[in-house]
Order: sequence, then C-alpha cells, then structure tokens
Amino acid sequence: MSSPRSSSLLAWPATSSSRARRPAASQEERRRTALKRKIKENLTAYGLLCAALVVFALFSWYPIVRGVLLSFQQVDFVNAPTWVGFDNFTKLFEDPLFGVAWRNTLLFTGLALVFGFAVPFLTAVLLNELRHAKAFFRLAVYLPVMLPPVVTALMWKWFYDPGPGLFNSALGAVGLPGGQWLDSSSTAMLSLVFVSTWANMGSTTLIYLAALGTIPGELYEAAELDGAGLWKRLRHVTFPQTRFVLLVLLLLQVVATMQVFTEPYVMTGGGPDDSTVTVLLLLYRYAFVYNDFGSASAMSLLLFVALGVFSAWYVRLTRKADQS
Amino acid sequence: MSSPWSRTATRRMFCLLAAGGLALTAAACGDGDTAAQSGGKVKITVTGQPPTSQPFERSVFDADVKEFEASHPNIQIEPHEGFMDPKTFSAKLAGGQLEDVYYVYFTDPAQIIARHQAADITEAAKSVPHVNDIKPELLDNFRDANGKLYGLPTMNYTMGLLYSRPLFQKAGLDPDKPPQTWDEVREAAKKISALGNGVVGYADYSKNNQGGWHLTGWLYSMGGDVARKDGDKWVADFANEKGKQALQYLHDMRWTDNSMGAKQLLEAQDVQRMMGAGQLGMYMAAPDNVPVLVKQFNGKYEDYGIAGMPGGQGTLLGGEGYMINPKASPEKVKAGLEWIQWKYLNPDRFEKHIQQYVDGKQPVGLPAEPTPDVWTGSVREQQLALKAKYANVPAKNFQSYVDTTSRIKGSIEPPNAQQIYAALDSVMQAVLTDQSANIDQQLSSASSKVNSVLAQVK
Repeated sequence: MSSPRSSSLLAWPATSSSRARRPAASQEERRRTALKRKIKENLTAYGLLCAALVVFALFSWYPIVRGVLLSFQQVDFVNAPTWVGFDNFTKLFEDPLFGVAWRNTLLFTGLALVFGFAVPFLTAVLLNELRHAKAFFRLAVYLPVMLPPVVTALMWKWFYDPGPGLFNSALGAVGLPGGQWLDSSSTAMLSLVFVSTWANMGSTTLIYLAALGTIPGELYEAAELDGAGLWKRLRHVTFPQTRFVLLVLLLLQVVATMQVFTEPYVMTGGGPDDSTVTVLLLLYRYAFVYNDFGSASAMSLLLFVALGVFSAWYVRLTRKADQS
Repeated sequence: MSSPWSRTATRRMFCLLAAGGLALTAAACGDGDTAAQSGGKVKITVTGQPPTSQPFERSVFDADVKEFEASHPNIQIEPHEGFMDPKTFSAKLAGGQLEDVYYVYFTDPAQIIARHQAADITEAAKSVPHVNDIKPELLDNFRDANGKLYGLPTMNYTMGLLYSRPLFQKAGLDPDKPPQTWDEVREAAKKISALGNGVVGYADYSKNNQGGWHLTGWLYSMGGDVARKDGDKWVADFANEKGKQALQYLHDMRWTDNSMGAKQLLEAQDVQRMMGAGQLGMYMAAPDNVPVLVKQFNGKYEDYGIAGMPGGQGTLLGGEGYMINPKASPEKVKAGLEWIQWKYLNPDRFEKHIQQYVDGKQPVGLPAEPTPDVWTGSVREQQLALKAKYANVPAKNFQSYVDTTSRIKGSIEPPNAQQIYAALDSVMQAVLTDQSANIDQQLSSASSKVNSVLAQVK
C-alpha cells in the first residue's frame, strides 16, 4: 500500500468500520465461491433449462412477438413487410362486422357463463350427494368431453335440423311445433351455447367435484347438527370452501368462451344474418379467406389485450376480496 | 469438476443447438434452387395431382407426367398432391414451400396479383402455342390493371340449372323441357315439393361464401351486377331493382311457396347430398357437379339434366387456372409454362385425353371434363366435334345448357370475390331464414360492406 491514493482510501473510514469490513468482505467472497460451486454442480440442469427456454422462445414467445409485429405490418410473403402503423386497426374498425363480432362474442360469453358455470356446479353438488353408482354417473357426465369438438358440432347440427332432426322429430311426436334452432337469428346463438355447455361441462364438473371432495366432512356434520338444510349447507359450507376454485374457473371460462370458434365455424358459418359471427371466426376469415394476415393479427392483438385487461382486473378484484 | 460434462462438451452442446436452429431456419427458407437445376435439367414442382382417393384421375395425371418428361428431357416434374388451399397458401409462400406452378380458382388471381404473389408471364406467354385461342375474358381474369398477364386459365364453367329428371317426371313436368325463366323455376319447384316426403323443389346455398357466390349468379341471370367500375374505383351495384327482384324470388319460394324446404344455411355438399338422395328437384350448378353426384351417390348420368341459366340475361363464369411462383427463376417460368400448355391447353392432345376417359369408363360428352370449354374459334369447334364423336353420356340432357351458354353473356367473378361473397352470404341467410326480412335494408347494409371491400381493390 505504497500509493498515497490507496493509503488514503484505506485510511478514510474510521478504524471501527474498517474492522467491521474485513469479515464482511470475506463473507462475500465465501458467498461468491458457494455460488460458483452451485453453478458448476448444476451445469447440466442449466443446460437442460436453456434448451427448454430455446424451445419456448421459438415456439411460444416468438409467434406472439411476431403476431404483435404483424398487426402493424402489411405482408405479402414475397417482399419485405411494410410498416403501416395503425392502418390494420383502422380497417377493422371500419368493418361493419367488427362490432357485430364483438357483440356476438360477448353475448356468447355471457350466455355460456350463465349455463356453463351454474349447470356444472349444480351437477357436481348433486353427484357429490349421491350414495350409489357414483362412478357411473361421473363417467356419464364426463363422456361428452371425450368426443372430438367437430364430431360434437356435426352431431348437434343433426339434432337441430329443422326437417328430420332429432329435436323437431321428438317435438312433432308429441304434437308440438318444431323450432328453427340454428336457422333463425334469434335462436342460433343460444343453440350454440347449449352445444358448448354440453360438450364442456364434464371437465368443469370434475374440477368442482374434486373441490367438493376437499371439504372436510365434519363441517357438514356440524352444520347438520346445527339444523342446516341443503341450501344453508351450500351457502355456509360449500360456497365458502370452494370459493377459490369457483373464481379460477370463472376466469378460465371467460378466457375460453371469448375464443369460441368451432361451433359457429362448423354449425352456422357465422349465420344466419351474421348473428353468430364471433371475433375468432372473423379473425379466421381475415387470415385464411381474405389472406390479410396484418388485420387478422391486429384482431388477435385486440382480443389478447381485452382478455389481458380482464384477467388483470379480475385478479386484482379477487385479491382485494381475499384481503377483506 | 462435479459436472458430468466438461466445459468443452457444454460449449459443444450449445454450438450444436445453435447450429441446429440455424439449419432449421435455413431449411425453412431455402427454395432448393441449386439442387433443382443440377445436371442441366430444370426441376419444377407443380400442384394439381389428384389425391389417391380418385384413382382414375390420379393415374391419368401420373401417366401425363411420365409422357411429358419423356418428350421434354430437359424438364423434371415433381408433382404435389392437391389443389388450392387458401389456409396454407401464405404459409407455404412464406416458408419457401409454394410450388413453382400452382393451382388457383378464378376468385383468387386479383388478390394474388395485388399482393405480388405470382410471376409476371406477359412476355414468356407470348410464345405459348394456342394462347390466342383461349377465350379473352378468361385470360383477363389473370391480368392486372395494366394488362400484364400472371397466369393461364385451364378450366372454366358456366353456371346453369341442374335438375333431377326422375323428380320432374314424378311431378308431371317434362324433363326434356327444363325451365327457362325464374317464373318457370318457381312453378316447377312448387310442383316438385308438392310430392311430399321431404322432397325439396329448389335449394340454394347461404353459407361459407357460397351464398354470395350464388346470389351473384342470380344477379347476372337477371341482367344485374355485383360491382361496376366508376371511373378508377369499383363500387357495389346490387342495391337496386335487380337485386331486389332476385331476393324477392328467393324469399317467395322459401316462404310463400314453401318449395325450398325448412333447412337452410346450406352449402355445396349439403345440396349435393340432397340431390344424390333423390330429395331435391333443382339447384344452380355447373356441369362438373354431375360426375360428383353419380360417383358419390351411385347415381346414373341419365337421371340428371342441366338447363341454361334461367332468366337468360347472363350467367356467372368461374373456373381455375395455374399461376407461377414469383420466386421462380426464368428457366422455371419457361418450364412451368411448357407444362401448363402441354398438360391443360393442348389441342393436339384432345383426342388422346378423351380416349383416356373412354378407356377408364369415365363420362365423355358433358359440357365439362375431359376437355374444358376455355377455347374459342376453330379450336373450340375441333373440341366439340371430338366430344360428340366419343360421347358416352346422354348429351341431349345437357343440350339446353349448351345452347343457352353460347347465347347469353357470361361474366366473371367480381374483384376480391371471396370477401364480397362473405358479405352477400348474410343477405341470402336473412331472406331464407327470416320471413319478415327487410330486403331493402339488407341490400343497403350489404352494399356498404361490399363498398368497403371494393375500396381495397388496387
């Protein structure tokens, strides 16, 4: 320590602090050595993690980033993409179907929640109350989930057929007039919601059942001893105990139903009179019928943002509810 | 070191990963041009090979490839199965996987040209034999606003009225005198649907852009139009008396006469199924529907007839053709044009091609395959004479169609056709599914949608 600068530096702190620094420095050194050792020991794990990250980056994140970029570009896949700013969004807002698609999607989501949320929960409660043939009924409820969505849609298309379809034949057999189901703009959307609820309620019911299974039996016994009937047990035991699962499923269901595509694509093609054109169906048309990938990406970005905002708001709301 | 891999080994692993990624990207982007021209041969990839589920068509195609390669030793053909799939077209183009010679429907060239997704063949096509014998309106479908050519038509159809001869007979109608006006269609439909047992007199499409396509046919048949040029711009041209008249017919047949059945939102397959099952009297179609009905539903050619488009003031021309990849080298463009001309536009092979169909017990004499009606002048006469010579289906059942189509005006599909058809689908759906649909309001709403589509036409 011959240089005046270093000596002054060393001399500057008070003696007490320089005494305190010495062990701190060696502690840091020890920590650094431990970290190095840890990294060396886990090199294989990091290697594998990197490979996973590369795969994620290539197949999950890159397409998302590319999609966002595409929504501000015009592409013909021959020449370099050209930046068009918000032109794609403007085009969407000028499309008369754009508003219709959002309205229809929100209507589908609303109706799907009314049926798709309540029906599986009630089914799960009923299944949970069963004393016999539990496995059979669980399987029976889950069965529709095993059908491929397109098969489900085609099958229900026949059910709804206003001519020789199952529903109208059954109604006709008891002397009732048949309905137009998918062929009327006032009933088409509701008909699609039924199909979607029927096809998906199995999985939701099973999740509810699993949640119900975690409720300690003593709570019900105690409630029963206090003279609580079915409704009171539901209100004071079942709902509070399954609240978290209910909230998570609500979020998942909104996110899933806002992306409805198969049912309108296969069963109505968006008709009649555009009453079942959904956001995803319009997005599909932009991409694969009009070959306008810029506008299609812009539309998916809008949906992504809408769902993102909803999810954030929802998470905040539930956190607040938890705290209170 | 406690790690099982040395530092060098780890580095190597990362290098390999990176190299693998680069190789994947390169493979996805490369068009294989260097390999394609090895040994002095030009190798071209072509679409249009029929799937194996159509063994006859497939065998003819494969035999043609062999024959072409034998007579053109400098060209090698790599056939790819399938035709036009709009869902994968852009992805293939982006990934460098689009074939050198690719199939298109008449609805698509305008958009493809506007997006620079096809090679300019104006100069190269000048040396193609018989190119001047092709109907000019079909070639125009492959031209841009400056008259440059980007593809060649290889097949075309003209819309007419397909009908079931047995149902005509059952309903007391003369199958040799099919309806010539929409009033006559309406009357015939009433009589056919009166047969009961779920029989439908007349059916029409209203889903997946096919409703708009058929409404265009209706408009043309009444002397109307979908879009017209107003100076430099295209504008919608159907919110008028012609449009109203067409929709009123459909509305009245559906709701007043009840001759269109209760089930709507139909598309081609639904209607073909109804016709194949003997449950449908008539629908608007091109002659290429007849072999489909016969093959898929074990029907007989004798059971079907085609009349010219009712109304007689015009009809819709559609069809298909081939365009060339804009990334193809000049050698490939030249080879591609040779293939298209030799395989699809070759009067010297008319007789041989017809013979292939006769030997394969396929229909000859329909106003469709094996030699589509893309020709004009003496080549057309030559083709008609050969077809008549080898006809093995009752050609008289299609005579009314042939007579009418040569007399009435044929109009090709509007620009940005698929988008316009999507907008018009909802009009068809409204009229066919809502008895109290307001036709004026529907037309005006569709007109504003179509105008916004046409505003994008370059």
